[in-house]
Amino acid sequence: MIKTVTPTIEQKTEKDTDNILQIKNLSVYYDMFKAVNNVSFVIPKNHITALIGPSGCGKSTVLRSINRMNDLIPGAKTSGSILFDGKDIYDPEVDAVRLRKRIGMVFQKPNPFPKSIYDNIAWGAKINGFTGNMSEHVEKCLRDAALWDEVKDKLKQNALQLSGGQQQRLCIARTIAVEPEVVLMDEPASALDPIATAYIEKLAIKLKEKYTIIIVTHNMSQASRISDYTAFFMVDENRAGYLEERDRTEILFQNPKNKRTADYIAGRFG
Amino acid sequence: MSGTSESHFPTDTKAFDRRTRRNSVFALVFFAGTTFSVAVLIILLFSIINNAFGPMAVENTVDPAALRIGGREYTELDSKELIGILEEHLSRGLIRRYNRETPLNERSTANLVQLVEERIIKPAVKQSWSLAEGLFEGGKIRSHFEDNPTHIRSFRAWLNPSFIVSSQSSTPEDSGIRTALLGSVWIILVTFVFSFPIGIGTAVYLEEYAKDSRLNRFIQTNIYNLAGVPSIIYGLLGLAIFVRILQPLSSGEIFGSVDPSTANGRTVFSAGMTLGLLILPIIIINTQEALRALPASLRHSSFGLGATRWQTVWHHLLPGSMERILTGTIIALSRAIGETAPLVVVGASTFVSLDPEGIFSKFTTLPIQIYQWSARPQGEFRNIAAAAILVLLILLLSMNATAIYFRNRLSRTSRIQ
Repeated sequence: MIKTVTPTIEQKTEKDTDNILQIKNLSVYYDMFKAVNNVSFVIPKNHITALIGPSGCGKSTVLRSINRMNDLIPGAKTSGSILFDGKDIYDPEVDAVRLRKRIGMVFQKPNPFPKSIYDNIAWGAKINGFTGNMSEHVEKCLRDAALWDEVKDKLKQNALQLSGGQQQRLCIARTIAVEPEVVLMDEPASALDPIATAYIEKLAIKLKEKYTIIIVTHNMSQASRISDYTAFFMVDENRAGYLEERDRTEILFQNPKNKRTADYIAGRFG
Repeated sequence: MSGTSESHFPTDTKAFDRRTRRNSVFALVFFAGTTFSVAVLIILLFSIINNAFGPMAVENTVDPAALRIGGREYTELDSKELIGILEEHLSRGLIRRYNRETPLNERSTANLVQLVEERIIKPAVKQSWSLAEGLFEGGKIRSHFEDNPTHIRSFRAWLNPSFIVSSQSSTPEDSGIRTALLGSVWIILVTFVFSFPIGIGTAVYLEEYAKDSRLNRFIQTNIYNLAGVPSIIYGLLGLAIFVRILQPLSSGEIFGSVDPSTANGRTVFSAGMTLGLLILPIIIINTQEALRALPASLRHSSFGLGATRWQTVWHHLLPGSMERILTGTIIALSRAIGETAPLVVVGASTFVSLDPEGIFSKFTTLPIQIYQWSARPQGEFRNIAAAAILVLLILLLSMNATAIYFRNRLSRTSRIQ
């Protein structure tokens, strides 16, 4: 019987860990243009999933549809389903505002609010009805984001005075301050220098104990360093993005099933 | 040129010189344009100041020297002596009337001196000259005083503290702009209270909530059109709606404050609402532009944290754009302050000596007052019109300075990348 064959690593883990998100036949349109074509894959809980692929392959679009940020883009439409804890987030009953509390997002460019460092962290918690001790909560989030030691003496200072790398860690702290279950990261280190990037990568690995992380990156070695799973997207002849291959990161990078994946990873790609 | 490929660029400097020359010509044209505008502005300011200040000939009905007692001027006399002078020169009926208001012997010395000046000495302006005439045509003025030895020469600043605080009068020397200034202030308050919240609400709705539908695009286009409608049309609208249809409201009738002297609905309320309608499209467009100037990342980070649209608007978008919104609002309000045409239609009174007491009072405004004074035949009214223009200009310039202050603060404080 087939089942007696030694299970691949993937089969094993996907049985053992819960899949917090299941993306099924997802297609995204911007007006008449189809940006993402029929993508299906799962996101295992408390792991890092990296989305890689050439520009315009729809990986950021897929990421944004996971917390319905695409709703904010006029003319964006979605078909298919994304099951979050077994429930479709595109169900009319699901409130996008509540969903985004549970699925937070860190953006490509650090975008702290033009407020104090303290308020940047506290605001999200406050609007979501946080009732605990706010100062302790702010400190905890800043510690989790490995930023506390650098900012503890200037919490009242405007967040825009921080360096780019510090701003991005502040944005991560702000995101985890609302205690989401999933954190989406859209090329979080692409605007940062290598040292700040290393900080973010270390942080992402630390954070997966508590959160499920999905990260879009252009940096191949970053994906291989930090992620547990990698999804490789490609563009088809109609300029729509599709999922070429998705596997455990070490398998996808060392032994890809697909020739195009191998070419892209090896850099043999126009 | 050496090399195998031929260059298609000119090698001589002629073409370059031609470009440079053309550049200088345009620089000169633009400079001339600027100079012309500045010159016109200076002429305008000069002609106003020229009229607002200048020498004049005053004739006293009774020579103050005739009122001296024991070699002391009338200003140095005590109350008893002043009352004596008053009783000597004025009719009994008038004295009785003054006594009925406040008995003369209970009045202060300063008040009695003032009465003597106003009622007995009665200085009257016989002739006035502009500032330029005073400075450059001394001979003409001197000969006037030689011909009229009773005339006293004095220099008059038509714009003076008493001009600001006194109300209208039929004699230009006693006229002031208090009523008009208060009218303008009341109307602008009504305008602001009406148009600021509605304008911002509309802009927030159109920019943040409204879907990109045909209807909303239609509304948007028409807001732009409304901003270009001549102000007199708004006056007709205000006349039809606020003065006529909403008369019970605009006259204050339904609040029980019926004042028979208020001319129906022609009140501060109607005028303020009309000007509010006039600047509403400007405020809406300005606020929309202020909201659009905010980076998309600000909205994203707010929504990404699970904020509702209202929380995003209230906590981030409005605070982030408030300086721009205020700048635009102040400029819109200063436009409203200078408006004349719609208020004439709405029914500004040309002669009001009573201060407006509330939003249901009759009103006049600075521009209306200026218009009315400058249309009078007597030269002195043109002088006070010039002085009133100066007041209006100072008011407008200080409002615009406030707007510039906000704009500079905007560029100095934390800019959102």
